[in-house]
Amino acid sequence: MSMRIGVVTFPGSLDDGDAARAVRLAGAEAVRLWHADPDLHGVDAVVLPGGFSYGDYLRCGAIARFSAAMESIIDAAKGGLPVLGICNGFQILCEAHLLPGALTRNQHLHFRNRDQWLKVESTSTAWTGTFTDGQEILIPVKNGEGCYVADQRTLDELEATGRVVARYIRGNPNGSQRDIAAITNERGNVVGIMPHPEHAVEALTGPSLDGLGLFASVLAHLAGKTTAVPA
Amino acid sequence: MARVVVDVMLKPEILDPQGQAVANALPRLGVTDVTSVRIGRRIELEFSGDADLDRVREIADKLLANPVIEDFTIHAGERVEA
Repeated sequence: MSMRIGVVTFPGSLDDGDAARAVRLAGAEAVRLWHADPDLHGVDAVVLPGGFSYGDYLRCGAIARFSAAMESIIDAAKGGLPVLGICNGFQILCEAHLLPGALTRNQHLHFRNRDQWLKVESTSTAWTGTFTDGQEILIPVKNGEGCYVADQRTLDELEATGRVVARYIRGNPNGSQRDIAAITNERGNVVGIMPHPEHAVEALTGPSLDGLGLFASVLAHLAGKTTAVPA
Repeated sequence: MARVVVDVMLKPEILDPQGQAVANALPRLGVTDVTSVRIGRRIELEFSGDADLDRVREIADKLLANPVIEDFTIHAGERVEA
C-alpha cells in the first residue's frame, strides 16, 4: 500500500496543489487536509505548503498556527510524525514553536523570485535522507519574508547539533542569518525550508528535479520506520 | 467597556528594514537629523466589561507578538463610552 502524505490547505495557501502533485510524482498518495478539520485522516506525513495563510495578517503564520488542523499536527509532530513546512509552512512551524527562530521581512525589502542553489548540510532528517552530505541542489525561492533570524545562542546550538539542514550558496536571497535556508527540530522529523522543492519536480516547470529528493526521502524514512515496527 | 492598547515593536537587536527604508527616505523631505526609525504595530482591544490584564498579557505573548523577535507593552485604563 502506498504511503499517504497530507497536504494542508489554509485560506490563502497557493502551493498546496503543487505540493500534492510533487507527492504523487514521488510515488505516494496525496491526501488533501483542510485547515478547519482537526482530523489528520491517518496520514503518514504532512506537508504545510507555501502561500499566505489567513492573508498573513498579524505576522506570517501567526494565525494559521491556531487552526484546528495545526493543533493536531503539533501534537502529532511531537510524537514523531514527519512534517515539512515550505515557505509559509516554515513560518507556521516557527510560530507553532515546533522550530526555533522566526522569519522576518527580507533585508532588502524586495520580494525575491529566482532559482537558488542550496547546499544540503544534514541528511539525518526524515526529509533529506536520500541526499548526500554537502550535495548542491537547485530549487526556486520566492518570498517576501524569508529572512531567518534567531538569537546567537539558538544559532550556535543549531550549528552544533547539525540542525541546519540547508544553506544558501552563491548568494543569499533574503539576508537570512548564517545563510540558513532550512532547519530541523531535535528529533529530525520536522523540517522547515524557505525555498520550494515542490516547484523542482519536473523538467517542464522547474529548473531541476532536485526537489523530489525531499519527498523521496520521507518515503524512504517511512518505509524504514514501517519495517522497524515490531510485528 | 474597557480598552487596552498593546504596542508591539521589533526587539532592538532585530534589523527593521521597513524602518530603515523610511529613515533613508527622510533626507528627501529635507530631514537630516533623524538617526533611527523603528516601526511597530498598535493593537487596540475592547472588552465588553473590565479588562483582565493577565489575560491581555497572555494574548499578547501567544498571538499578538512573537516573543522571539518582538517586545510588547500594554497600556490599560482607557474607558470607552458604549
